[in-house]
Amino acid sequence: MTMAERLLAKAAGRDQVTAGEFVVAEIDLAMLHDIFAAQVFDMLDEVGVDHVDEPDRVVVVVDHLVPAPTAEAAALHQRVRAHVERLGIGTFYDAGEGICHQLLPERGHVRPGMLIVGTDSHTTTYGAFGAGGTGIGTSDMVYALATGTLWFRVPQTVRFELVGDLMPGVSWKDVILHLAGRFGADAAQYKSMEFGGPAVAHADMSSRLTVANMAVEMGAKFGLFAADEVTDAYLIEHGGQGCEPFGPDPDAHYEAFHDVSLSDLAPQVALPHEVDRVVPISTVEGLAINQAFLGSCTNGRIEDLQAAAEVLEGQHVAPGVRLLVAPASRSVLKEATKSGALATLIEAGATILPSGCGPCFGGHGGLLGPGERCIGTHNRNFIGRMGDAEAEIFLASPATVAASAIAGAIADPREARSD
Amino acid sequence: MIDPNGEGFLQGRVWKLDHDISTDVLSPGAYAIAPVEVRKLHVLESVIPAFASEVEPGDVIVAGRNFGCGSSRETAPENLKALGVACVCAESFARLFMRNAIAVGLPVLVCVGVHQAFDDGDGIAIELSTGRVRSVDDSIDLQGESLPEEMRDILAAGGILALLRTRRDTG
Repeated sequence: MTMAERLLAKAAGRDQVTAGEFVVAEIDLAMLHDIFAAQVFDMLDEVGVDHVDEPDRVVVVVDHLVPAPTAEAAALHQRVRAHVERLGIGTFYDAGEGICHQLLPERGHVRPGMLIVGTDSHTTTYGAFGAGGTGIGTSDMVYALATGTLWFRVPQTVRFELVGDLMPGVSWKDVILHLAGRFGADAAQYKSMEFGGPAVAHADMSSRLTVANMAVEMGAKFGLFAADEVTDAYLIEHGGQGCEPFGPDPDAHYEAFHDVSLSDLAPQVALPHEVDRVVPISTVEGLAINQAFLGSCTNGRIEDLQAAAEVLEGQHVAPGVRLLVAPASRSVLKEATKSGALATLIEAGATILPSGCGPCFGGHGGLLGPGERCIGTHNRNFIGRMGDAEAEIFLASPATVAASAIAGAIADPREARSD
Repeated sequence: MIDPNGEGFLQGRVWKLDHDISTDVLSPGAYAIAPVEVRKLHVLESVIPAFASEVEPGDVIVAGRNFGCGSSRETAPENLKALGVACVCAESFARLFMRNAIAVGLPVLVCVGVHQAFDDGDGIAIELSTGRVRSVDDSIDLQGESLPEEMRDILAAGGILALLRTRRDTG
């Protein structure tokens, strides 16, 4: 069995499942964020369910409208808090703690082999641990909370075998952008992606989280890495128990198998308005920008802030360019304070935003006007995503975003480094 | 609504959309927590500004590949349903949109070739139970992928919450 088959078989209480079949699976963890939580709990009320099946398996995070940009958002948060209290929800992270997909890994909620649903498409992030994380809608979430189960079609799996070492200045963000560009935004539609091969063994959890996060940009239901020593070490470091290895069976059946060499990869940029319109940086170097954004559940971790700080050390953001930095959680902010990365960013001219999702989903705090151009470390560049429909969003790695902020135009971080 | 498990074609006027229509376009983030009466007025406004005011109940969306890609916004199919869209027929759907459409009871159908075959304003006829897609004058006859029975049952119930209510009442 593939990893997807293994974890769905376990969740369905079966010895074996095969791609294509429908299963009713037990949910190990359900995550809701502030945009949908109150609505989901209201809907639960409306269908006459006055409790959650397993409150200890539910995590609620206030992260999208943080801090509340409007009175309506503040009122929404009040409703969320009241519901959380009433239903005895196991874990509640209120505004300011951080972004859901940062908090769940960081606080030890995610373990290999789990089946996790969230009211957010980037729930695929948990695949970094070998957990089946996937986004669902509000109605499905109501069903999952009421019954502790949900239907799934067991997906086919596409396996990516990654080999070769990344060049300095190139990151795993560049890898996933490259894969999206090469194979397309619907390459894994309804499918599970497995990332393996020798290159993956060297990838730290932060990198794996970035890749699994963006698996959904290729249509994937899951974006899975096998759990190994790297996973084990991360779990222990974050206060939990270590883990056993969890991966596919040796005779697993794959719908497709792609060998990809990473050794020649240049920094990549996704052009507006599709995540799979990806080019090597040389194609767009020099294109003037108005805003540079470092943050989001894709690239707002300490490693990302460090990578940007290395490029920005002793440099300053170009006149007329806004560099916005949103650390993905309070812990990330604390670590960046300790390491000195935060001071470097601020001295370089960065504006520090709250730990949340505001600009990335076009909610608030860092939106774009007509004709403006932004390069960001986030995950989507769809038309209108960050404000005006005539704005342009480019996606890249933290190092590329930092180099671009200095240049005032899209710039290659490898050149910024050699300066 | 036509019984998704039974015989019979739903008929409507086509709105043709391109590939990769995202949930940002179908349900803009700026109105994320607005009520559906407000949200539905902004559907597709960044690509077809007149859509919300000109779409009529029973109209059908014909789209290219990867319809509904992007964020998990059940509001996307919900907005379309609120505007009276009878069905979305596309070359392929983003997984989450398809799942959410089923959950809210908006019929969807995958039909390869549909994007090229139909234009804005054409009449289209769709049989959900069999997956057949025809033009009203029968000059086009395509075979789409009929939904699995499990998904049609949810649609027939009127969405997954309606199904949950039924199960609670009977169980």
